[in-house]
Order: sequence, then C-alpha cells, then structure tokens
Amino acid sequence: MSNILAFAEARGGTLRKVALETITAARQLADATGGEVHALLVGAPGIGAQSSQLAAHGADVVVVVEHAAFTYNNPEASAALAADRARAGNYRAILFAASATGRDLAPRVAAKLGVGIVSDVTELALTGDTLTATHPMYAGKMLATVGIIGTPAVVTLRPNRFTPVPNERAGRVEAMPPSGDPGASRVVVKELQQGGGAKLDLGDAPVIVAGGRGLKEARNFALVEELAAAFGNAAVGATRAVTDDGWRPHSDQIGQTGRLVSPDLYVAVGISGAIQHLAGMRTSKTIVAINRDKDAPIFKVADYGIVGDVLEVLPVLTAAVREARKGH
Amino acid sequence: MKIAVCIKRVADMESRFRIAPGGKGVDDAGIKFDMGDFDSYAAEVALQVNEKDGKGEIVAISLGPDVVQETLRKALSMGIDRAVHLKCDAVPFDGLAIARVLAAELQGGAYDLILFGKMSLDSSNGVVGAMTAELLGLPCVTAISKLDIAGGRGTARRELEGAAEIVEFPLPAVLTIDEGFARPRYPSLKGIMAAKKKPLEVKAAQLGEQRVTVGAMALPPERAPGRIVGEGVAAVAEVVRLLQTEAKVL
Ligand SMILES: Cc1cc2nc3c(=O)[nH]c(=O)nc-3n(C[C@H](O)[C@H](O)[C@H](O)COP(=O)(O)OP(=O)(O)OC[C@H]3O[C@@H](n4cnc5c(N)ncnc54)[C@H](O)[C@@H]3O)c2cc1C
Ligand SMILES: Nc1ncnc2c1ncn2[C@@H]1O[C@H](COP(=O)(O)O)[C@@H](O)[C@H]1O
Repeated sequence: MSNILAFAEARGGTLRKVALETITAARQLADATGGEVHALLVGAPGIGAQSSQLAAHGADVVVVVEHAAFTYNNPEASAALAADRARAGNYRAILFAASATGRDLAPRVAAKLGVGIVSDVTELALTGDTLTATHPMYAGKMLATVGIIGTPAVVTLRPNRFTPVPNERAGRVEAMPPSGDPGASRVVVKELQQGGGAKLDLGDAPVIVAGGRGLKEARNFALVEELAAAFGNAAVGATRAVTDDGWRPHSDQIGQTGRLVSPDLYVAVGISGAIQHLAGMRTSKTIVAINRDKDAPIFKVADYGIVGDVLEVLPVLTAAVREARKGH
Repeated sequence: MKIAVCIKRVADMESRFRIAPGGKGVDDAGIKFDMGDFDSYAAEVALQVNEKDGKGEIVAISLGPDVVQETLRKALSMGIDRAVHLKCDAVPFDGLAIARVLAAELQGGAYDLILFGKMSLDSSNGVVGAMTAELLGLPCVTAISKLDIAGGRGTARRELEGAAEIVEFPLPAVLTIDEGFARPRYPSLKGIMAAKKKPLEVKAAQLGEQRVTVGAMALPPERAPGRIVGEGVAAVAEVVRLLQTEAKVL
C-alpha cells in the first residue's frame, strides 16, 4: 500500500492555506501510486469541523485528534501522535508544510521513526523504492535532486508551490486519541501573539511590496503600506537593513535569513538587491524595482525597473494601481 | 551552565557556485568557508548566557573533515572554552546520520543547554537540531529569536508566519537559534591568541547508513535579464500597463 499521511496545519482553530497545499501534494503522490491520502488534523475540541475542507481537497480519511492541550501548538504531543499514526498506518510518505510549525514537527517525527527527511521541497515524485524531491540548497543558489530511501519518507513542502486543487473525496473521519497525556508536554506554548491583525501573511500574499533603506525613515513605510493597500491583496516586507534599525519587525524580513517568498508580484522599493535579499525573493514571478541608482543590483532581476526617487514615485504608482484596480 | 554549541563549517553564500565534477555537489575550489550564520548566533547566545551567569563551560562541536578545526578555532577565539572535532571524510546530506553522530557525542555530557543554528545554509535543511533532541530525549524549541533562562527553566520566543509564540521549557534542553539576538561578536586579538592554547579534541566519527542523498545538483533557471522601463514618475504609467497586459498581475 502506498498511502500518504499529510499533516493539516491549523492555527487558532482554522486551517492554514498550507494545509490545503499539503493535502494537494499528498493527493498527487497518492494518485501516482494508487494509494489513499490520510490527513492528520490536530487541535482543540471542535477542530474536527475543518475536516470537510480537507475532504474537498483530496483527503480519503481525516484522522482527527481533539484535546484542550492542542489549543496552541504542542510540538511534543503532536510529534508523538504523528509518529504513532505513522507506525500504525504503514505510510509511504509523511508530508508537512515547510512552515514554522511544520519545520519544527517534521524532524521530530522523522527522528522518532528513524527515517530520512528533506525540507522545503518544491517538487516531489515517487520512483520505485525512492522518493525524489527537488530541494533548493545554498540559499537558493543551487537546486538539488534528493533521493530518500526507506519508508515512510518525511518531507516538508515549500509554501506557495503546491497550489490547492479541489478534488472531492470521502474524507471519512476517524477520531484518534492523543498519544499519552498531551497536557504533560515539557515544552509548552504559553502565548500566541498575533501580529499584523487581519493582514495577509507574506507567505500567502499574491503581491508583496517590500521596502529598504532607500525609504530613508521608518515613517515613510506608510507609502509602502499605501501601495500594498492599493493592490488589495498585498503584504508588506522589508530588508534586514530596515528590520535591524527597528523600522519593521524581524518577522517582515525577506531573504537568506528571513522569509523565503515567491509571490506573483514583488515590488522592491528602495532596496539595493544584496545577494542575501535576492535569496529570499528571486523566484517571484514578476519583480518591479524602484531605485534611484540605475546600477543597483536589484535591476538585474527586475522585470520592470524604474530609476527614480521612491518618495516621488510611490504616491504616483499607488494612485495608478488604485485606478487600475477600480471595479475589482 | 554547561553548554554545547554544534557548529557547521559552510561555504560563503556570496560565492559563485559551480557544480562539482560528478554533478552531485558544488565545487569547493576557490570558495571561502566559515562558521554557519545561525551557528555563529548560537555561539553568541551561549557566550551571553554564561557571561550573565558568571560561570560555566561552553563546548563547540563540529562534524567534518580536518578543515573544520579552523572553524572550531574561530569559535574558541570568540570565547568558547573547548572544542571537539568529530572527524569524518565529508559531511553527509542526511540529517539523521549527522544527528546520530552528534547525539552520541552529546549523550552523557551533562549539558544544561545544547544549541544549534536553526539551519545550515548549504544543506538548507534545518533538521539536525530537532533530530538530535529526539535522539537524546530532551525538550526542544526550534528557531527561537529570544531567550531568558532563570531557575532551571527557559522562556523563548519563536516567530511564526504573522505571529509569534512564547514557549516555556525545563532544562536541560535543546534550542535552535534564529536571528533576533545580538550580532555575533568578532574574535578579539586577545581571543585569537587565547584560542591557540584552548583544548581541541579530535575523535573519529562513526557515520552510519545514509538514506538521504543528493542525486544531482543543478543551477536554478536563470531569470530573464532585468529591464529598466524608464525614469521617475514618467515611467509609472508604462509599468502599470505592462503589469496589466504583459505580466497580467494587475
Ligand atoms: C549573513 C548575512 C545575512 C543577511 N540576511 C539578509 C536577509 O535575510 N535579508 C536582507 O534583506 N538582507 C540580509 N542581509 C543584509 C544584506 O547584505 C544587505 O545589507 C541588505 O539587504 C540591504 O538592505 P537595503 O537594500 O534596504 O539597504 P541598502 O543596501 O543600503 O540599499 C538601499 C538602496 O536604496 C536606494 N535609495 C536610497 N535612497 C533612495 C531614494 N530616495 N529613492 C530610491 N532609491 C533610493 C539606494 O540606491 C540603495 O540601492 C544579510 C547580510 C549578511 C551578512
Ligand atoms: N556537520 C555538523 N557539525 C556540527 N553541527 C552541525 C553539522 N551539521 C549541522 N549541524 C548543526 O545543525 C544545525 C542545522 O543544520 P541543518 O539541519 O543541516 O540545516 C546547524 O545550524 C548546526 O548547528
């Protein structure tokens, strides 16, 4: 049997978009081998209500684990039950999102099972005994084809690469008890601080407007936020120069040591285009750059460059984008 | 406290990488190597924890060929007390194989804290810390950007996408370090001199079976060369038109 176990990541009682991406990738693998997709859904009592969305994206079975100790992430207990389910289920592969949560859980589960793992995968295929994964290495400057021998293979999937595809399945719900007492975990999340309110996360946003030191002062980031608002579906990012100076929180940083993003459109505002920044955004589909230095390295990767002062160009661009989006 | 810091020697990511003969890795020729970025943050965190405490010992551990001793000396020159070189021919890609060697060394070492970088940028895998913690059966918090230790317990902050978690844990524990801490210190001249006399122990590493291997290495597809549309506000209308008609993102 070649069933696939997919971890359906939720936060605050609802599924995250990466959960549907994980199910979609699992469906593709399972279809290639004639197996089933089993989604693992862990949360506080009531999380089971999310099962239908998982079924709608290709889960044959939804394994639901509900317990008050899963109100916040509970990595020890989640890893323990994922490993137990994996042992019982004889899975070919276990998929997680390469999110902060998935990247934390997946290596724990792989170590418990004594199996191989590869992270941040952009493509996946099963060939005979080997699971083959495409894995960016060297800060995205190289692409490796990695083979994992043995079952189950543990994989985390790069967000925004496996577009969720509706594919209705039975989604038979199977309640599973936690392994041991999830209230007894040594590592305890005491608090979840929601940043950015209802705003789009950098990993989910189709458009990112990112600002650099060329904005001169923290308060000029208002211009970046206005452009993001004009797009309507945009998140705001920043360079390390800017997060170091405290103009923006560290969580907004894009690059080698920040977030890796790949939106449909990336607008780089007053950003020089240092290699460490490019490492986090160079796979964006379309890149626009505004910089007053025509030799700035960002123009080497920008599909559309404007040489000019951001403080002058941004308001005009914002107005033009707002106009273009009228009626949306 | 007794603290271990696991340090990997990695290529400078600003290098221009070429594919090695055989097609399964990158060519080391002409490339500079140094301590991994996040590992240097881990070293800094260890130093600060013990500076605050006023006592303790920090041990840097690295698995790799003889050249990793250079990186361990750098750690010693930052102020770390002693180093252990786990010697092998080449560092494998398989995170579990690495974690097993590190866990065997760390086991029984009576460490209060074991620190890792959140990720080594060459492997870009980010798994060895949490895997080692599992093998040792220790509590583990990954990718932390803040840390407080008091009374045998720790509190850490982890950045999530658009949120953050405040996490509590007992010691001994394994932590993997993200950015957010003070910049790693540069070795002082005095530190460099002192490092020469600090103990660096070499042990043969027993690398087990490897099930995860790089079969092929490629350069990512090149982006089309950049294009400057125009200057100043006069270029805005054309860029918006191109976003609508050519890129179709507006
Ligand atoms: C180990 C390591 C890891 C790193 N990780 C990251 C990372 O993850 N992410 C990251 O971003 N950086 C990272 N960096 C830092 C990186 O090297 C750069 O220093 C940083 O990206 C520069 O940010 P910037 O483009 O905002 O600033 P600068 O490089 O100072 O560029 C500012 C740009 O604004 C332009 N400008 C100035 N005024 C105007 C104006 N009025 N109108 C238009 N343009 C203007 C200038 O021409 C310039 O090109 C890392 C560095 C190291 C060593
Ligand atoms: N060969 C090694 N020697 C010592 N520590 C290592 C080695 N490989 C990985 N590590 C540690 O594990 C962390 C994560 O590595 P990785 O899972 O490869 O991204 C690194 O930041 C180091 O702290």
